[in-house]
Amino acid sequence: MKLYPRHFSTVVHNCNISGIPLSRYFLDIEIVLNECTEEEIIRKMENNLRVMENAAAGGMAGVRSFSGLTGGDAARLDAYRAKGSPFGGSLYLEAMINALAVNEVNASMGVICATPTAGSSGILPGVLLAIRNRLNLSRRAQLDFLITAGGAGILIGNQASLSGAEGGCQAEVGSASAMTAAAIVEAAGGTPAQSGHALAIALKNILGLTCDPVASLVEVPCIKRNAIGVVNAIAAAEMALAGIESRIPADEVIQAMGSIGRMMPMALRETALGGLAQTPTARRMTKMLKEEGHILWPFPASGGDD
Amino acid sequence: MAVFQSVFDIIGPVMVGPSSSHTAGAVRIGLAARSIFGEKPEEVVITFFGSFGHTYRGHGTDIAMIAGLLGKPTASEEIRHAYKLAEKEGMRVEVKVSDRNAGHPNTAQVVMHAGDRTMSITARSIGGGMIDLVEVDGFNVHVSCDNPVVLIFHRDRPGLIATVTRFLAEYEVNVSQMEVSRKERGSQALMIVATDGTIPQEVTDKIRDIRDVGPIIFLSALKREPDLVPIDSIAKQKGLTV
Repeated sequence: MKLYPRHFSTVVHNCNISGIPLSRYFLDIEIVLNECTEEEIIRKMENNLRVMENAAAGGMAGVRSFSGLTGGDAARLDAYRAKGSPFGGSLYLEAMINALAVNEVNASMGVICATPTAGSSGILPGVLLAIRNRLNLSRRAQLDFLITAGGAGILIGNQASLSGAEGGCQAEVGSASAMTAAAIVEAAGGTPAQSGHALAIALKNILGLTCDPVASLVEVPCIKRNAIGVVNAIAAAEMALAGIESRIPADEVIQAMGSIGRMMPMALRETALGGLAQTPTARRMTKMLKEEGHILWPFPASGGDD
Repeated sequence: MAVFQSVFDIIGPVMVGPSSSHTAGAVRIGLAARSIFGEKPEEVVITFFGSFGHTYRGHGTDIAMIAGLLGKPTASEEIRHAYKLAEKEGMRVEVKVSDRNAGHPNTAQVVMHAGDRTMSITARSIGGGMIDLVEVDGFNVHVSCDNPVVLIFHRDRPGLIATVTRFLAEYEVNVSQMEVSRKERGSQALMIVATDGTIPQEVTDKIRDIRDVGPIIFLSALKREPDLVPIDSIAKQKGLTV
């Protein structure tokens, strides 16, 4: 059986020998391993990019989740951007708005493209849709961006995990921001080695993050973590592009993430038995959801006896 | 541990949110139920067990399953309007929650009625949108719905299974998986046959003519995402327009 390369270091080495970018390398492996043509891959990826664009546009209009727990924050952040001058940098804000929009659409039963999961589906499109105009990326370059991120995601998934139930949020939002960081570096003209450093830096920033969703729903804290994920990805990419290197190589950081996930107690891996999910407010929200079917706003303040 | 081999394992699938197990999997259970029933039910009773029972409202698991019963694929924008669509199409829906331990946290039972016909299925959503059909009309089964299968209801008697496989062999149809389940000796039984490739019409006709063979249901594979095919043709592929 033909196998995907296991290590990022192998991939970087092979890219350097052939003098090709990561996207070309990952595309070539895809063609060989899955016995398909480049046209088929590009066509399918174009379809996925359109789904991402639709999701971001849908979320901007303001949506509400079925539980009533979340919604409208992308529109809120967009109004804030339009009104004043955000001091955190307009690219960051734009990417955050996109990420919130996509993940709010996910929570409202809209159609999304999992990247790599539904719960972390805002990060990759969040960054791409914001950065493509800034870097003047052609349509093909945008699809290459997704291919590079996908290849990086495979390396993370096969050496560690991409599932919150297995490895906590570091495996979902952590992996999503790490693979996005690697893709940004290539799109901005960096080297494959720099992509590896960006991946490592982004993943290190989120090591240990638990999966503790309120009422078991993919909403709190997932949606806002998608917004933080884009900031993490862009920051890590810019450090790598500046020539800053991760002292711990990408593969070892990925393996550390996997190892931390295995040590993580079950209560912090998507079971809603610990962390944020067991705070007094989260418990009251869970109770209301069970009794009323949805959260009513304004959510009553705690009486202090729980 | 999962082994990823394609960028589309990471950039994809395209699906309706918020959870692959609680929504995408639920749509597929609905689709499987509809395919097995073979027509639009006039009335459905959905019972949720375990985690499905606790969180179905927040995840829209009921909405997703109803959309599947109406033949909507896992990435349809119409899913969220499933209750309205059901009303418009004249399908009555009742949703129940049971505390009984069904053996898996994400289990649902769907009972369908139309005219004087009644049929029940039980299925589990086992993650990533994948499902395991575990009961059809009281028969214990294990069907993933990822590959096409044929369900043959028959009376339990010696030689019947051999006759079916002989007809398949005559036309060089290879059986990849086979499962037989019965309620008690000599009573009603269910044979599930998965084959490589489709079964020719002549073979189906011959099987149908075997003594003691009852209804035969063809279940095509439920794709996990619709790829690039327009929604109408997906519904047709899934055998939903019976």
